[in-house]
Amino acid sequence: MTDATLFTRVRRGEPHSSAEARLAQLWRGAEMLWASPAALTGVAIIAALVVVALLAPLLAPYGPYAQNLANQLQPPSAEHLLGTDEFGRDIFSRIIFGTRFTLYIVMLVALIAAPAGLLIGASSGYLGGWFDTLAMRITDIALAFPRLILALAFVTAFGPGLNNAILAIALTGWPPYVRIARAEALTIRRSDYIAAIELMGASRLRIILLHVVPLCLPSLFVRLTLDMAGVILIAAGLGFLGLGAQPPAAEWGVMLSSGKEYMLSAWWAATFPGLAIFFVCMGFNLLGDGLRDILDPRQES
Amino acid sequence: MGHYARFGMFLLKQVAIILATFFGLILLTFVIGRVMPLDPVSAAVGPDVTQELYDQVYREMGLDQPIIVQFFDYVGSVLQFDFGRSFFTNQPVTRDIARVFPATLELALCGVLIGSLIGIPFGILAAVKRGTVIDGAVRVVMLIGYSAPVFWKGLLLLVVFYAALGWAGGPGRLSIYYDGLVPTRTGLLLIDTLLAGEWVIFKDAVSHIALPAISLGYGASAYIGRMTRSFMLDQLKQEYVGVARVKGLSERRVIFGHVLPNCAVQLVTTVALTFGILLEGAVLTETVFAWPGLGQYMTKAMFNADMNAVLGGTLVIGSIFVFLNLGSDILYRILDPRTRA
Repeated sequence: MTDATLFTRVRRGEPHSSAEARLAQLWRGAEMLWASPAALTGVAIIAALVVVALLAPLLAPYGPYAQNLANQLQPPSAEHLLGTDEFGRDIFSRIIFGTRFTLYIVMLVALIAAPAGLLIGASSGYLGGWFDTLAMRITDIALAFPRLILALAFVTAFGPGLNNAILAIALTGWPPYVRIARAEALTIRRSDYIAAIELMGASRLRIILLHVVPLCLPSLFVRLTLDMAGVILIAAGLGFLGLGAQPPAAEWGVMLSSGKEYMLSAWWAATFPGLAIFFVCMGFNLLGDGLRDILDPRQES
Repeated sequence: MGHYARFGMFLLKQVAIILATFFGLILLTFVIGRVMPLDPVSAAVGPDVTQELYDQVYREMGLDQPIIVQFFDYVGSVLQFDFGRSFFTNQPVTRDIARVFPATLELALCGVLIGSLIGIPFGILAAVKRGTVIDGAVRVVMLIGYSAPVFWKGLLLLVVFYAALGWAGGPGRLSIYYDGLVPTRTGLLLIDTLLAGEWVIFKDAVSHIALPAISLGYGASAYIGRMTRSFMLDQLKQEYVGVARVKGLSERRVIFGHVLPNCAVQLVTTVALTFGILLEGAVLTETVFAWPGLGQYMTKAMFNADMNAVLGGTLVIGSIFVFLNLGSDILYRILDPRTRA
């Protein structure tokens, strides 16, 4: 078996093993993404975010916390592309390092909220009965709550701070994932292979964890992508109000908040961090919309 | 079962869901307020007190009672609109909220008005001109609207239209020299100034509310416009549209006489939901514009660890949100004959 034939098989969707089938599926998804300029722009923005976060020390001309009090609130120039803030720190470098905070927030929220929602939803859909009824009632109630306000209340109780803010956002974010996972589990539970595993005597826990949960993952990822823009906006809002990350952190919401004080004399201090938040949100929105169009062709074509 | 019986059942079920959700909201705020690490006694009396005073306040707040008794006390007082006393204003939270809420209501109402007036026409336009440059342009402007943080939009507007151009009023609801000149009737300044016949002050109020209302309204118009476009596209695919065209109706009659009325119910519920979202967004916007509303009140309370005030605000905004969210389902059922099938 040479690479060329493997590639052809994957491209034509004629897999010879389950691993190849998975590759073929990825390929088809990539082809559809390629056909949608909007989704591709989203992918590019998010890829740029990840690359910048990884290479931040190499890309940033100054340290994110390097102060130069002789150089306060300087307008954009050749030395300081986006100007300096009230401590003479280079805003361009701080925005570059801020990508790390954004990725940290987004990934941690996803890692807390999604698995919790996935487990509850998959169990709920597979087990049915009173557990399903109870879980769905609670989820429906939680879905009707206002997210930002509840996150604010949680952070007030936990105390301000980046990790507390992340926990608060995750605590208000799980209900949609329960709904998604349950819907998938409901269709999976009637399939033949689940019946076969049941006959072989597998425990319920084993079936849920090893056979139901993996099949719920693709739709969960789409939903996560769609939610990320909202997560970034709420996190930035908490940082802006002073309840999320704390100064001197190079977090975009915090930078916006301290720049706001000098908005009338030094517009760049708040404008550029906001622009960064806006671009990343737009990236996630574009990718999310694109994925939805691909998975739900009824809407567009 | 007849149609009215079925509707009655639906109504009963929906009311039960709303009550259960309100109960869940009260339970959640109770958990946040009582079980969280914050010490409510210290928050009330400060850190440097004698043990006797501490114990006395501890008992007065009912904290020596079993947790379940505390919870039902809490439910009882919430149902009587008693949210306790705010530590930082030293007033009952209910009275504080009644004082600041009209400002937020006025802001959110203006925001949803702007959002609908812009979002619905442009959503219709984008759907009718689907796939053209016009559609693309409208969608890009909407994408920007719901990707940009509302407080950032507010700051930019403030810099451009207040600081640089001087077209709009600055922070606050009124210029200082007009403060207290108009008697409070509804609490909504735009209406109060009109009732008092004070044209000059009305204009001043408009110039102050314009920027915060636009920064909220832009986000709202993006959401409403997006939904309008998608509702319209769903309808335009239906067969009756072809029939109407074959009959020889003008395109204008087809769109405004047939397609749009079929979207009306969905649009009403969308606008209602948007209003709930704007009440939330107002919390962030008010900080930027020093708008003396519920959002600013809650933000101040947060920095003073004033849990009663924060939870009171959470309950008020949360209840309106829940009511709009679930109430719109009922509205939908009443207004749309197709759901009666």
